[in-house]
Amino acid sequence: MATVDTTFTRRKVLRDELVGLYGVVERNLYLTKRYFLWDLAFLLWTIANTLTIVFISRGVDLAPAARNELATKLLVGGVIWAFLGIIFEIVTETVAWERWEGTIEYTFMAPVSRPVHLIGMGIYAVIYGLVRAAAIFVAVVAFIGIHLPHANYGAAVALLAIASISFIGVGMMTAVLPLISPEKGTQLGFVAQGLMLVVSGVYYPVSVLPSWMQWIAKISPATYALRGNRKQILNGSGLAWADVWPLLVIGALSIPIGLVVFRAGERYAKQHGKLKRSG
Amino acid sequence: MSEAVAVRDLEKVFTRRKGIGRRRRTALKSVTFSMERGECVAILGQNGSGKSTLVRLLSTLLLPDGGSAAIFGHDVFKEARKVRRLVNRVSVEASFFKKMSAAENLAYAARFYGMGPRETHAKIPAILERVGFPSNRRNESMENLSRGMQQKVALARALLTSPVLLLLDEPTTGLDPRSKQEVQEFIREIRTRHDSTILLCTHDMKEAEDLADRIGLLDRGELLFLEPVEAVLARYHVATLEEAFFAATGRTYEDERTEEDEEREVFA
Repeated sequence: MATVDTTFTRRKVLRDELVGLYGVVERNLYLTKRYFLWDLAFLLWTIANTLTIVFISRGVDLAPAARNELATKLLVGGVIWAFLGIIFEIVTETVAWERWEGTIEYTFMAPVSRPVHLIGMGIYAVIYGLVRAAAIFVAVVAFIGIHLPHANYGAAVALLAIASISFIGVGMMTAVLPLISPEKGTQLGFVAQGLMLVVSGVYYPVSVLPSWMQWIAKISPATYALRGNRKQILNGSGLAWADVWPLLVIGALSIPIGLVVFRAGERYAKQHGKLKRSG
Repeated sequence: MSEAVAVRDLEKVFTRRKGIGRRRRTALKSVTFSMERGECVAILGQNGSGKSTLVRLLSTLLLPDGGSAAIFGHDVFKEARKVRRLVNRVSVEASFFKKMSAAENLAYAARFYGMGPRETHAKIPAILERVGFPSNRRNESMENLSRGMQQKVALARALLTSPVLLLLDEPTTGLDPRSKQEVQEFIREIRTRHDSTILLCTHDMKEAEDLADRIGLLDRGELLFLEPVEAVLARYHVATLEEAFFAATGRTYEDERTEEDEEREVFA
């Protein structure tokens, strides 16, 4: 009788994992293509939402230069809010969407590793989020007429990409919530997003917060992304090490913690039979 | 060579909140059986009998509360990733991303088994053709396909990864007679043309009798027997599997189920 080949070389496993990673990104591209008009409508809503924030600068009695600066600061806050929202949404959908479609059991019984699965979702979220953030930025700047003569867009995108490592890590932690509560888990992801931004100075300097919130702000990656991006867009600053190193440290910690949290959630779901479809 | 499937004293208990307390329902009670390579075993049972729980445990989607299970010598719960490469499944619900096409859904599934675009470019149309899926509908959204068509794509998805153990969990339930026959024909074809061991969970006695080498009866989480149909009939001195079910359980196969049975079905 022929034997079943159950030997897997390290090289083959690595190759298969990379193909799996590609598969996650490819699937999200298919879905974006199929839901393009819905995504476009959601983009318009986000632009409108950002406009409501940035228009605050037009109602404040300031000199034109100061008003332009305030508008820029609000715009950066609004764009990062939208960027973070998309990352959390897509990473959280790792479970939520598949559960609704009923594919979750097929995905979770496939031989791709969970880190590769989650990181694939994160990579797509960052690419999609950056494209979307750029569209929001350009639309609001054009609509309101903000002048950004010194903006260093390359550095701003690079800083957001670095910050995304931490955002994905936190997203992995929130992605576990729909495994525990199929009904309310996804919404709790938005709570995490809001809490992170409120302590990070999304539309105001961190210095206006109570001191205990300022301490929390130090471990929030959004704090450094907001601070750095504002300097880059307003003053044309480059990548500042003071913003980069905390993001690298938080990223190096949040990804493994996110994976551990997700693994624990997956184990709980398998113990209690919560991987079933719920759509 | 080890057995294809070796299940020993497998137990699963589900706990759910009920009011202020917790309610425990045993889905599987000390289930033991084995399967030889290339064999087709059918597990019969009513809804809530524990069939899906058994399939989910063997698919690494559940953790047991006792006992062990091995697939081709690999511990299902300790070597889950190795087991996942060997197993695939077709369940009662042909679950897909509904806005994506059959080809896109199959590509997504294939990538998780290490199959790149170059490999699936030819393989996906070929496997869809084999299950009788019309080539002109390959790029149509799944939501526009009938249940029967969707189940064919589900079979194609399972076969695409060349599993050595195929878990079929009520693959024909809810299908119209023609689609049911087509799916059953395809299962027969898999048996003759593929090196696959098949565990078929069904509540259709005729289907079990037609397709399987041995038939098991899972009742309220207990495996009452697992043997060739002739041996089952001889054991209970009866002429049909329905009569064997009555002899083994004291109930008819269509009997109304108790509240406990209903709960077991929901939990499992």
